[in-house]
This record gives sequence, structure tokens and C-alpha cells, in this order.
Amino acid sequence: MAVFIEAIVTAVRLMVGGSPELWNIIGVTFQVAIVSTAFGIVLGAPMGFAMGASRFRGRSVLIALTNTAMAVPPVVIGLIVMMILSRQGPLGSLGLLYTVDAMSIAQTLISAPIIAGLTSAAVASVPYKLRLQARSLGASRVHEAFLTLREARLGVVAAVAAGFGAVVRGVGAVMMVGGNIEGQTRVLTTAIVQEARRGDFGLALALGVILMAITFGLNGLITWYQHAGERWERGASA
Amino acid sequence: MLAFRLRFAVFRRTAPALLVTPALFALGACAGAVPEPTPDDAAAPEPVEVTNVIIASTTSTEDSGLFAALVPAFEDAYPQYRVSVVAVGTGQALEIGRSKDADVVLVHSKADEEAFVAEGYGEERLDVMYNDFVLVGPPADPAGVAGGADAVAAFTQIADGARAFISRGDDSGTHKKEMNIWDATGITAPGPWYLSVGQGMGEVLTMASEVEAYTLADRGTYLAMRERLELDVLVEGDERLFNPYGVIVVTGAANLEGARAFASWIVSAEGQEIIRTFGVDMYGEPLFVPDAR
Repeated sequence: MAVFIEAIVTAVRLMVGGSPELWNIIGVTFQVAIVSTAFGIVLGAPMGFAMGASRFRGRSVLIALTNTAMAVPPVVIGLIVMMILSRQGPLGSLGLLYTVDAMSIAQTLISAPIIAGLTSAAVASVPYKLRLQARSLGASRVHEAFLTLREARLGVVAAVAAGFGAVVRGVGAVMMVGGNIEGQTRVLTTAIVQEARRGDFGLALALGVILMAITFGLNGLITWYQHAGERWERGASA
Repeated sequence: MLAFRLRFAVFRRTAPALLVTPALFALGACAGAVPEPTPDDAAAPEPVEVTNVIIASTTSTEDSGLFAALVPAFEDAYPQYRVSVVAVGTGQALEIGRSKDADVVLVHSKADEEAFVAEGYGEERLDVMYNDFVLVGPPADPAGVAGGADAVAAFTQIADGARAFISRGDDSGTHKKEMNIWDATGITAPGPWYLSVGQGMGEVLTMASEVEAYTLADRGTYLAMRERLELDVLVEGDERLFNPYGVIVVTGAANLEGARAFASWIVSAEGQEIIRTFGVDMYGEPLFVPDAR
């Protein structure tokens, strides 16, 4: 138990001490997480909406593929992106391997299927009768879509939170395509792996505490938003 | 992780004794299925007491495949012993020796090994062999260090030209060796050309090949990966790049007899000959140079 308290104390000391190295690691961590979640939303949310709200040929195949993509191990995504960006790979001339951009690309491929899959489930759970009613009241296709999305918004927010969580805690893919270069592509998770390998379990755990603390703060914001939505709904229906 | 390794080591200490003894009976039982060197013994089985010898060594030694060649030969010479290798970092290997969870250590950090013996944890340090580090880099060699035999001069040239250099940055033996050479150059604050990545030798070689950077590598890992790398050996043969291995019997080891048998066997003519030829068929050149006296 003392080990964990020590880790929390070390974490606080590191945060307060504010070494530029640590802030750089935290900065890169959340830059990659935010960029890849944003691209994950751009790619995954419309696809998830389409899969959840409409019926088309191959829909079930697409859903099955999305669910499979959600389960692909991050190291496999990292390996594929690495091979594509490698000097011998098709996009090698771009010189992206071992950069923050390469990390964002790999993490986007991890977050997008999660956001698509969970958005699809959230949208599909909106009662079809509600949409029929809206249509019968003269709502256009666009209006109907907005209404559906609004009804499903808590689930969609959860989808985005899940996508963000997957990239902020990921280590396999970013280690492979980022290379854990000090001051450039080192993020909290790869730093944790490195310190644990060196046998500095205390520092590794402290970095874990920092990662959890910041993620907790961001998730707090999301939960607050969800609760605010629930309260608004209860207030509106009363 | 360490705790797991230790528990594993303790398990291994007892398990083979339990498993092997019935196996010997089984050999005797299925007559003729397995050729028995002495049929008389099979008729009146007198099971040999097989005890376990635990060797604490380093992952790089284990990864080279050397133990896969040494252990069966030792077990042939001494059928009363079974060998378990616990492969960890040098520091951890010595730590396992201090706690007597290993019977013998085989590591490559001479100063630490001498301290281990001086503190009374080990009986005596015997030279076993050495391998060496090589400076590898892109075949185009923008820093112009190829063909040199002076590691310090080569490192200085790389720094002066601000050529990309990838460092293990993980406190490994290789990283310590690299830091020693940088210390000798007097360069204390490298620029952005110096990439510290905190990863293993294989990952670092892959990265160096990808970004056309220089790096210090142990010859064994480089040779094992040579086919997939666009890297050449540019500087070798400097005495600073030698990496000596020593064997130490742990004082008061659980299996002291077995530990002494292994230590004296590995420095014997037979053990040294296996080291001398190891790797030739796989890599076209030996990975280690035996140097027991």
C-alpha cells in the first residue's frame, strides 16, 4: 500500500515540480489523443450514424467488420502503419515514421472503429416509431437525422469517450510508429513502459497516476455534460 | 515482474526434480523404445538424483542462443544436474544472486561483478568470454567514420557533423557502454540529432535503419538482424568496445556443487570450445571470444 501512496506523492511532486521534459510528454500525449479522437469522430461518427439509422445492402457485414476492427490489437495496427510508412513502404517517401503525425494516424485507426461501432449502437437504440412520428409531422430527412442524433447524444458522447480512452491508454501502436524518442514522440504510456523496464517501478506508477488524473478530469467533464443532459430532460418532461 | 521471475525460479528449482525422476523410471519401463547406454541399470533401476542448478544471466546472453548450445552439453557431461536459466538485466541477475535465488551468475558488468565478490556474495569471478560492440550506421556514412578503429574519434565526428545518432537510453549494458564513450569525447550536451528512445537493441537497430542514423550495437544482435537492415559496421576493434563476461558461484548457493561444476566446466577446454564455435553456422562468424585462463 505504501508503494501506491508513494507513487501518488511522486506524481504530485512531478506535476508541481513541472520539469519541461514531463510537460513535453504530457503535451504530446494529449496532442495525439485529441487529434486522433477528432479524426476518429470525423471518420467514425457519420459511418456509425449511417449504420445505426438506415438500412442498406451489406449493413450487417459492415457492422460485423466494424466490431472486428474494434477488437484488432493496437500493436497490429501499429505494425501495419509502420510497414506503410517505412522507407520500403508505399508512403515511405513522406518521411512520417517516428513522428507525432505517424502516431496520430495509427491512433485514429484505433479510435475510428470504436466511435463508429458505439455510435451505431446508440443511434440504433433510438425508437423507430419516434422517427416515423417526426416524419409524419412533416420533418425533412435532415430534420429527422438531427432529431435521431439528439436522442442518441448520450450514447454518442460515450462513444467519443471510449475512443478517447482507447488512444490515451494505448501503448503498442505509438511505441512502434512513434519510437518513444525523448522530447519528440515520448508519451506517458511509452514512458511508463520504459521506466518499468529500467526497474523504476515507483516512477512508472507515478506516471500512471498522472495519466489517470488527467483522464479523470476529462471524463469528469463528459460525465457532467451527460448528467446536465439528463437533468434537462427530466426538467423538460416534468 | 521481478517477483514473478523469482517465484518462477523457485518453482523451477523443485519442479524438474519431481518431473525428471519419474521420467527416468518411465525410460526404464518402456524397454528398447529409447536406447539405454547401460542396459544393466535399466534392469535394476537406480535413479540418479537430479538436482537443479539455477543460472542468473542477462536477456542479451539468452537471446543470442548461447545457452541453448551450452546447457545441453553441460547436462551431458554432468547428468546429475539440470540447468534453469533466469534471464534478466545485469543488475537484477546480481540481485537474484545476492538473495541466493540463483546458484551461479553469468553476466557482463565487470565492475559490478567484482563488487559482488568483494562484498562476499560470490566465491570468485572467472573470465569466460567477451563479445564486442560495433558502431553501425548508414552505408552512405555521412559522418565519414567508416574503417576507423577509434570509437571516441568516431563519436566526436558524428557529434561535430550533427549526424543522427540513436541511443538505447534504457540503462542497459549497451547504453552504459555508449555513455562511457560519450564521456571520453567530452561532449556533455548533445543536440537534437541525438535521439534517446528507451527501447531494446532490435527496435533501435530498426529505427536507425529507417532514419539513416548511427547507433552502438552488440555484434550478436546486429548479425542476427543484418539481412533486414540497411546498416553497415563502420567502427570495430576498439578495446573500449569489448564486453567481458564473468561467471561467479554464489556463496552458500542452494546447489553449491552444481554451481561449482558449471563454473569450472564453462572455463574448461570443452566449454570454451563450444563458445569459440557458437554462431559460426548461423552468422558466418563467432559471436563470442572465449578468454578463460
